[in-house]
Amino acid sequence: MTVAATIRIQDADFDVAREIADLSKGRIDIGAVVSFSGICRGSEQGEPIAALTLEHYPGMAEAEIQRHADEALSRWPLQGLTVIHRVGRIEPGENIVLVVTASAHRQAAFEAAEFLMDYLKTSAPFWKREESARGPSWIEARGHDDAAAARWTKS
Amino acid sequence: MKVKYFAWVRERIGKAEETVEPPAEVRTVGDLIGWLAARGETYAYAFEKPKVIRAAIDQTHVKPDAAILGAREIAFFPPMTGG
Repeated sequence: MTVAATIRIQDADFDVAREIADLSKGRIDIGAVVSFSGICRGSEQGEPIAALTLEHYPGMAEAEIQRHADEALSRWPLQGLTVIHRVGRIEPGENIVLVVTASAHRQAAFEAAEFLMDYLKTSAPFWKREESARGPSWIEARGHDDAAAARWTKS
Repeated sequence: MKVKYFAWVRERIGKAEETVEPPAEVRTVGDLIGWLAARGETYAYAFEKPKVIRAAIDQTHVKPDAAILGAREIAFFPPMTGG
């Protein structure tokens, strides 16, 4: 059976429990569901922040997520896959991103979720701007995110 | 061709997109960055560190040596910070 990934980019918040339930509802072939939620922290590099604003490249953001979702589906035996990424203004404590993977066994679900998050960080066209007492500023990319993504490259 | 800018590249240039017609000797993405940087102060500021700038042709990531011939849409942006 072909598995289609659910991919959404949206302003609105999402319900993690509902997304997990939707993926496994009525299925008896799924033995493992892994979910990763990325949440807005209240500080960045030790400085308190009021909010993040997420900008994206419409069209390419969806295409990049789809490309990596397709790769995850080809590398791991997944029964379901959901990726949701919010854009716009997000305050501390709110959800930013969700990856849910479902498989017969846990290893594929864990690995595929980690693979997708590593690539979302480094190749999906989203940018975070923070609001702090010093005014707005763009968050800088981190080298360790590139290293995390690079370990999935097949030699 | 249409050129799009995102995040601080967009803010520094002061516009999100525009249509440009570079001369024929501008062959690669790297050439285009150099050509755009010479258009004025705001462009020079946006492209002051060309090695930091990422690019996409028709919504696919490309390297600076990628040819721009036939491109409909070229985007320039900082390293991504989503997720």
